[in-house]
This record gives sequence, structure tokens and C-alpha cells, in this order.
Amino acid sequence: MAIDVSQFLQTFYEESFEGLDIMESGLLNLDGGSENSESINDIFRAAHSIKGGSGTFGLNAVASFTHVLESLLDEMRDGRRQITKEGVNLLLESVDCLREMLKASQGGDELDAQRIADVHGRLEAMWGKKEAASPVATASGADNESAASEANSGWDIKFSPFAYILKTGNEPARMFRELGELGELTVTVNTDKVPDFSEMDPDECFLSWDLKLEGNVKRSAIDDVFSWIEEDCDLKITPIASKPDTASQPAAASGPTAAPTSASARSGGATAEAASIRVGIDKVDSVINLVGELVITQSMLSTTGEAYPALQAGLAQLERNTRELQEQVMRMRMLPVSFVFNRFPRLVHDISQKLGKQIELKMSGEQTELDKTVIEKVTDPLVHLIRNSLDHGIEMPEDRRAAGKPATGTVWLDAYHKGGNIIIEVKDDGKGIDKSVVLAKAIERGLVDASVHLEDEQILDLIFQPGFSTAKEVSDLSGRGVGMDVVRRNIQSLGGGVEIRSKEGEGSTITVRLPLTLAILDGQTVEVGTENYIVPLVSIVESTQIKPEMLNYVAGKGETFMLRDEYIPVIRLYEIFDSKPRHTDITKGLLVVVESDGKKIGLFVDDLLGQQQVVIKSLETNYKKVDGISGATILGDGSVALILDIPGLIRLSQQNCNTDRLKMSA
Amino acid sequence: MATAASTEAMQLDQRGVGLDGDNAQFLSFILAGEHYGIDILRVQEIKGWTPVTRVPQTPQHMKGVLNLRGTVVPIVDMRMRFSLEEIEYTPLTVVIVMSVKSDTGERLVGIVVDAVSDVLNVPAENIKPTPDFGDKVSTEFINGLASVDDKMVMLLDVDQLFNTNELPAEEILEQVK
Repeated sequence: MAIDVSQFLQTFYEESFEGLDIMESGLLNLDGGSENSESINDIFRAAHSIKGGSGTFGLNAVASFTHVLESLLDEMRDGRRQITKEGVNLLLESVDCLREMLKASQGGDELDAQRIADVHGRLEAMWGKKEAASPVATASGADNESAASEANSGWDIKFSPFAYILKTGNEPARMFRELGELGELTVTVNTDKVPDFSEMDPDECFLSWDLKLEGNVKRSAIDDVFSWIEEDCDLKITPIASKPDTASQPAAASGPTAAPTSASARSGGATAEAASIRVGIDKVDSVINLVGELVITQSMLSTTGEAYPALQAGLAQLERNTRELQEQVMRMRMLPVSFVFNRFPRLVHDISQKLGKQIELKMSGEQTELDKTVIEKVTDPLVHLIRNSLDHGIEMPEDRRAAGKPATGTVWLDAYHKGGNIIIEVKDDGKGIDKSVVLAKAIERGLVDASVHLEDEQILDLIFQPGFSTAKEVSDLSGRGVGMDVVRRNIQSLGGGVEIRSKEGEGSTITVRLPLTLAILDGQTVEVGTENYIVPLVSIVESTQIKPEMLNYVAGKGETFMLRDEYIPVIRLYEIFDSKPRHTDITKGLLVVVESDGKKIGLFVDDLLGQQQVVIKSLETNYKKVDGISGATILGDGSVALILDIPGLIRLSQQNCNTDRLKMSA
Repeated sequence: MATAASTEAMQLDQRGVGLDGDNAQFLSFILAGEHYGIDILRVQEIKGWTPVTRVPQTPQHMKGVLNLRGTVVPIVDMRMRFSLEEIEYTPLTVVIVMSVKSDTGERLVGIVVDAVSDVLNVPAENIKPTPDFGDKVSTEFINGLASVDDKMVMLLDVDQLFNTNELPAEEILEQVK
């Protein structure tokens, strides 16, 4: 039976990328200097599966690359090689190379062959170097082992796999072949447990084996062969020694003691595996859609059901259940922010080395969950903010000491819930932001007038203005002048916001506020004639009823009104949307003041209705983009309401203003 | 293997019912006393007229959008689309929801028609090419004419209808002016 392996290829890539992430975080753990056998085991296992997988799928370049990597890791694992900073850095680089190679073979990306060959060469060099230096290492480290390995001329292995072994994809015969490569192997099969033919399940294994492996073989080599199935079998490995009774006892004991440590590590991994399944995002989305439907149907039912008292209890129950169902389904799209955070230890490691600064990254709240789309889009802005903190915030060690601070700077990354939003905070204990420099720069750039007095917060806010950068030198890390304004714009496009606080000499805190999900929006329903529109609540500044004396006309046409020293242009929604309003007199209806990109306009509407959370649906799926409309949603009664595109409306108003201004000058 | 076979079968099937096959099936509907037909495989559902939400800044024939089990579907009035006389919607007025293919993929569009009449089995030889009317009548949306029981049915090319230009001819003229 031929199996088309290509269908598993995607899974292999996904798992490999995950494996690489595990390796990376493990390596960074080692970098901390802690002698952590757990993480080196994790790294080794990840490398091992990538090697195995890439071999299966014929990615020979990846396999041979990983092979060298694995050999190095193996030595580190056995304590035959010192874990050095250079070693870890090289391994980190090779993780990058592997990621690139896998990406290249997955998506046909351009591959930097030169770099890979270079890293490969350095890995091999390092591996080779050990061979020369190894006598020292083995001599010192092999004290306890040498006695056993020298004395024995082979091993007796009692191997009785559990019945389900074949279903785990492990093939005893293949393992024996591998053992056979290590030394002289004699296999005796034990068929006691084989049942009658009629009772036999062909998918199960009833055999056990006694193996005799002769020759000078290391115990660890045998453990490697069985490492994948140690939980799926009874395994007893005893050396064939001259003193069979006494020696076999401790050796047999050493087997089980070695096993539990690795077994506990693996069982941890196993529970994580069992706790999640891979589901395509489109499937999740279609479930979310269906549940959205259910919620609408439910609310229609409860409106009609009001007339039937007998139905009330059932309908109330239905409402609770659907609401809960919707919440749970929405959570399926949520991922912990650790997906973004996990890349930062590496970033901090690399950059702090490059800059020669000592920086510690402290993260908390990694388990806070965010919508997958938000996570994807917030990554770049966060990278930017962290780079800024590292580059501009944290000082050089000597400067820090001079300022009476510990030489090692700290960057905190924190995520938490706050009032229906997710807050991500990037905080550093660096030198803070020099407000006078910011102000001087802003004046120089013509962003503000020198005569205007600005509050501290307003000065800091200037950093988010387009084209603003205070870095004296443009480094390759940050300070290219495309910084914070892009960050703010990206985060605003997600429906969030950024704020900055800073105290000179003590550090800065940047607070990023994000919505829980992009699929849902807090909306204010407004009424224009018989039609209802939804205004995103985030963009509403206030709603007000105005008096005739507040109104001004630009050239007798452009309507503006004065709100606390600000002239705000008025947009009559019914004019743009060509609908029949109840009020055309501006003092009768309401003005909803909305803001986007720092610009405000007043939308003239008939009335405000309720506030509610709405599920955003795209108009473009089946129709096309419509000016002034950002999307649609389905209301409780099953009808469709349109969501206003505030930035779009502001642009429209500016066009009007510009034409008015032209008229004025003419 | 099984899936490959079934897709092949499906393709064969479609060819069998489509315009090039021996026997094509069409849903016919009535618009101002005239009979039109659309490929039955495109029809998603037929439903009675329900009020829609008007979308501002769109052409007149675009009546608005409708919630079709969670999907927001645009609804187009075919009388206005073809610049025919407008009438009041009656209980017989129906919306045919169909899928339209374009370069960007498939979309759902609903059309408002006076009434649906029948599902027609049309042998390929009964489908005649559209005669050329010159400038008088635009025939670019008509795939062919079929004669069924001595009635003439205009077979609409829905992809052409909804992808070329959403504006009816007069509006284009107005824009040119």
C-alpha cells in the first residue's frame, strides 16, 4: 500500500517550526547559564524529530544540517561538552538557518545558501574541535561510567512492548536493525503471549524479545534507540558482565532511575499534545458564523416568544446557552499573547549583544488571550516598541552605574485585561525621554508653534507625529523616522490606542490598548430618518445638542461649530447618504463628535439609539467597497445595519473643506 | 483516489447540464411579461421579497443588502437594471439568490424579479444564438435564446451581468455628460 506522504508534509512543516521555537526558547534558557538538563533534552528531542521528519520527506539538506546539530547537542546532553556562550549563539544561528531552509522548501523562498553553508561549516568545525579536545572531557566526566563500560562486553536487553506499540508507528524490527549496527546482536523472540489465531488482533503486538548485544556499546546509545518508546514497553537493560548477580542489580536500577526523569519530561509534553488539536482557521470561522446565526435566530425567537408565557423559561434557557456558546466559540480564535512574546527573549538577546548593553527581559501575563488576527497584526508594532526601549531607553552599563542604577537594565513586558480591552505594557528602567529635546525637535520640524505652551503629556504625544525621530544617529535598529507614527497607526487600525509615559532618568512606559477581537465591535446605533447606522464607539468623543450661536459658516457654506476652542466641521449624514431625515434643523437633531487620526468632525443625526456589540461582516465579500461604510452587521431582528467608516467620512469632509477654502480664496 | 474520481464525475455532470451539453436546465422567471432563464446550477435559493437595508452611494437598481443566514447579500432589482418600468412589489415578487463567478472568486447576489415560473429542460439544439439588434437593444448579457413550448426564453449570462458594469446604460451616459 503506497501512502502519499505529501499530505503529511504540511503537518511536518508546522511541527518543525514549533520544534524550532522550542529549541530557541530552550537555548535561551541555557544562555541564562542554568545547568538545565530538562531544556537540553527538549532541544535535543526537537532537533531529533526535525532530522527524522526531514529525512522521511527527502529534505536531505535539512537532515544533514540537523544531524551535525544533533550530534553537538547529544554531547552537551551527556555532559561531554561544555555549554558555552559561543556554542549557544552558534546553535541559535543554526536554528535560524533551519527555519530559513524549511521556509524555503515550503514556500519556495529565496535561500541564503552562503550563510547556511557558513553556519554548517562552523557547526562541523565545532563538532570536530571536540574530537580533539574530547580526551580531557571524557577522562574527567567518565569516572563513574568508565568502570561499567569498560568492564562489560555487551548488554542483555529484555524488551516487551505493550500491545498497542504498532499503533504508535514504532516498528520493533527497525529498532533491532539499529541495534544491530551498534554491535553483534542476537535476537530471541518470545511467543508465549500470542493468543489463538481466532482471538488475535492483527493490529496488536503479542511478542516480546530477549536481545543480546555484544561488543563495546555505550548504554546511552541503546537508550537512544529505545528513547521514543520507553513509555510504551517494559524494558530491562543489564550489562553482560562477569559478575551477573551483583552488577546487574545496580544496572537494572539505573535503568528505571534514568527513565523517570525523561519520562516525566515526556509525559509533560504528552499532556500538552492531548490538550490541543489542529483545526483549520476556516473551520473555526464557519462555526463562529453559524453561532452568530444561532444568536440572531434566538433573539428573533425571544421577541416572538414574549406572547407565549409557556415558552418563556425555555427561551431564557436558550438565551443563556447561546450566549455561552458564542463566548466559547469566540475563544477558539483566541491565542495566548505568548505567541508574540516568545520571540522577544531572542530579540533582546541579539540586540543587547549587538549594542553591548546588559538587558534583562521580564515578561508576565503571557497567557492573556487575544484574537489571532490581532496577534498577527500587533507583532510588528511591539517589536518596534521593544527595539526602541533597548536602543534608546536602556543606557550603556557604565552610564547606568554612574547614574546609580544597576548595570543590567530591565525591560518589562506585561499583558493584562482591563475593561474589555487587552493592555500590553512595554516598560523600561532606562533614561526616559528628554521632553525638552522632544519639544525642540518638534519646533524645529514645524510640528508645533514655539509660542504654544504644552503639557508634558502633549509633548510626549508629539513622538507619535509622522516624521518625528529624536535619535541623534540613525542606527539599523530604530530611529529611521518611520517609527512611532506607524506604530500608532497600525494599532489604531486594529481599533486600539497607544500612550506613553516617561520620567527622565527613571524610564518610560508605553501602553498599548487592544480590542479583544476584530470580529466584534462596540457600536452606537444612530438614527437618520428611518435608517439606522452603527458608529464605532471607540471613535466617538461625545454627543451634543448645539445652539444656533455655536454655529459658524465658512464662506456661507461649510458648517462648523465651536466646541471648547476647537472648530469642528459638521457633516450632515442625510446629505451624504441621501436619506429623508426627521430633522434638517441642526439644533433639533444631535451632533455626534467623532475622531480619527487626531481629526474631529461632527456627524449630524436624528437621534441616538442603543449601544451594542455587533459582529462585523464585510460588504466586499459579496458586493464592493462603499464610500463612508466600513462594513455591515446583523441586528437582533435579523436586519442588516451598516457600520460607518469614520476615517473615510473625515476624508470626505476634508475634501469639502478644501473646496470651500478654494472658494474663499477665489 | 475516491475524491479525484468524484470531482471528475462532478465536472462531467456540470458539462452535462451546462450550455455545451445535450440537455441544459434553466430556472425561468418573468420580468415585465418576458421570460428569462438562468443556469439552474447557479441558483442558491428562491425567497419571497423582504425589506432590505439601503446602502447609500450606490446605483438605483441596487436595492440594498439582505441577511441571508449570516451572509450580507446585495439585492438588485432586475427591472431597474434593465431600465424597465418600475412596479410595486407584490406577494408574488421573489428574490433569486445566485452565485456569480468573477476573477476574485464567487459572490452571492440576489435579484428581484416579478415571479419565477418553471425549471426548463432545454436540448442544446433548441438554443439559438442571439440576433444582433444593433444599437437598439444591448444583448451582451444574453447567452442565447431558447424556445420552449413556443415561448422565447432569454438565457442570461449572470457573470457578465454582474461583473462588467454595475451601472445601467443611462447612468453611464449621464456620467459621460
